[in-house]
Amino acid sequence: MSMNRREFMQLLTTAAAGGMALHGEFARAADAADRMYELPRFGNVSLLHFTDCHAQLMPIHFREPDVNLGIGDMFGRPPHLVGENLLRHFGIAPGTAQAHAFTCLDFAQAARTYGKVGGFAHLSTLVKRMRASRPGALLLDGGDTWQGSGLALWSKGQDMIDACKLMGVDVMTGHWEFTYGAERVRQVVDGDFKGKIDFVAQNVRTTDFGDQVFPPFVIKPINGIPVAIIGQAFPYTPIANPRYFTPEWSFGINDETLQEHADAARAQGAQVVVVLSHNGMDVDLKMASRLRGVDAILGGHTHDGMPAPTIVKNGSGQTLVTNAGSNGKFLGVLDFDVKNGKVSDFRYHLLPVFSNLIPADADMSALIAKMRAPHEAKLGERLAVTEGVLYRRGNFNGTFDQLILDGLMKMKDAEIAFSPGFRWGTSLLPGDPITMENLLDQTAITYPYTTLTQMSGELIKTILEDVCDNLFNPDPYYQQGGDMVRVGGLQYRCDPAGKMGGRISAMTLNGKPLEAAKTYRVAGWAPVSEEARNAGGEPIWDLMARYLRDVKVVKPLELNLPQLQGVAGNPGMA
Amino acid sequence: MNTQRRQALKSGGALGLFGVLVAAGLVTAEEARAAGWDKPAFDAKTMDDALKALGAGKPGESSDIMLNAPDIAENGAVVPVGVKSSLPGTEFIAILIEKNPSMLAASFTLPDGTPGDISTRVKMGQTSSVYALVKADGKYFMVSKEIKVTLGGCGG
Repeated sequence: MSMNRREFMQLLTTAAAGGMALHGEFARAADAADRMYELPRFGNVSLLHFTDCHAQLMPIHFREPDVNLGIGDMFGRPPHLVGENLLRHFGIAPGTAQAHAFTCLDFAQAARTYGKVGGFAHLSTLVKRMRASRPGALLLDGGDTWQGSGLALWSKGQDMIDACKLMGVDVMTGHWEFTYGAERVRQVVDGDFKGKIDFVAQNVRTTDFGDQVFPPFVIKPINGIPVAIIGQAFPYTPIANPRYFTPEWSFGINDETLQEHADAARAQGAQVVVVLSHNGMDVDLKMASRLRGVDAILGGHTHDGMPAPTIVKNGSGQTLVTNAGSNGKFLGVLDFDVKNGKVSDFRYHLLPVFSNLIPADADMSALIAKMRAPHEAKLGERLAVTEGVLYRRGNFNGTFDQLILDGLMKMKDAEIAFSPGFRWGTSLLPGDPITMENLLDQTAITYPYTTLTQMSGELIKTILEDVCDNLFNPDPYYQQGGDMVRVGGLQYRCDPAGKMGGRISAMTLNGKPLEAAKTYRVAGWAPVSEEARNAGGEPIWDLMARYLRDVKVVKPLELNLPQLQGVAGNPGMA
Repeated sequence: MNTQRRQALKSGGALGLFGVLVAAGLVTAEEARAAGWDKPAFDAKTMDDALKALGAGKPGESSDIMLNAPDIAENGAVVPVGVKSSLPGTEFIAILIEKNPSMLAASFTLPDGTPGDISTRVKMGQTSSVYALVKADGKYFMVSKEIKVTLGGCGG
């Protein structure tokens, strides 16, 4: 179904009549939507891009980070800008809907004013609208689509697979998809997706002979112009996630082979070459500087909602690097004007998906309702109420992670707790109930085991140093794209610009220095080792549900944060 | 995927990989026996000792040597490392790992006319610089790259 502007406006008027008229600027919903979503067509080749939706089928709140430090060459450069620094850099007026979409400023207040974001029914309507004004446009999914909710976990991603097919995704690559195991991915790619969605990944090969597991790229005509889309899966999947899920597949950045595929695509007649990437933005920026003949890298993984592309100069001219945020909150629209066999100009917009401004697509709503129906009771269980904002995103900690750390230490009777620096997970406002669905939004993974380990002070330091280097190594190719492991109980000092092994110091527990040779009781979850899987361990959502039912009311939480060194004036701190 | 090759190797599995290679005529039985074991070089505990045992002295640098290896190892127990030398007269290639208990991980003596292109898997206990040493036309050259071995987890 395509939708012309008039039909869209009619739907909006209906939405406005349905109770939208309460909130200041948003009172005139139709006008606001018209301003935000009326994009004149440009050029002759359009690509629509969403990424890292983390299985969020329903509208949600998502707080952007207040700490996203850029170290070394990345200092002060997108995506390492937060809050007012981001607004200034991109020329966005404070106190607007756009400012709310791209920053954490006045989060709770702005979230109430502008309402929830995302939701596949709303995203679908926006996709249809963009397709109506941009004939032939392709819809690209950057991955991290099948994981991040209870429903997705229980159906092994089937809810998302069906929703993506209905929305009309054309090409996809992956990361968390692989945590359902190689067999499941194969089953979907060779079954559900066959003839409908191309799953591309140039950097996934077999560990034995280095054979390509998926097609490296696909060439599709848009208005008669051949367009190549090269897939780049998350290069460090078997390191950041358990290797036992894909023991026979090897990943890696492999930009030399990516170059070979770009050259091959050109040789086969492609006039536009783009990479659909799950590298993370810093890696994409470095990669763009090394590649030739790639018009754009449409990126994800690091969940950076960047209003404008970074233009990287390189051997062949330039490559655009975009990053389209997370949780279904944004739709990227890239328009190319292709003349005489090559890209001559472009326009890019990262559209926030304001659920109150975009009517829900009826077919998608029906599908989602049908898939949720058998699970509504379980998902809807109210475990507790929160008095403060709960969120996860940020380099060092978030309130939802603090809650998990507190729960782990209490329920495991541990002195110290670790919680992984995941960047997914939705946000809750003061007064919101914490439902089982909200808890699963933070925890729904295929290796949810909680652990209690006797660790020496020395090992604790090693772990913190290791993860810190994965975040702040000055060479992006050595980064993994998550955030710092969240730490409960233990205080420490962190110098992000320090050398590997020298960033963490002044570690104390209850005011006493941590002793290298002494052992401590450390709780955690999401272990990547096979031994931890075999040992079992209560799933994190069960442990946290017990904790929350007991606590009932979650008071505003004080974050346990490291004392940071050498970051004064960094525009990656709000 | 090359399923034929995969099948052939599976059915030949009983012979062991080396047996298959011999059977396939890729490596002659004579070559296999002739391969010597450079004990002093493999026992060397420092970079200088290893280079000395190999007779390499102070190798020069070269942009004609490519060291292909991951930036971060997926599994420290089997890290794929490849060396490609386009230097004319490449006769010997070695891989050295600075932080391993014994630095020399592998050495390859290439008969005349063999392309300077080798690859193997090495074991690494921790993050380290990895060196490719090439002897070409009687002279030694070396390039290096850091390979990170991490604890894993906590990603994206």
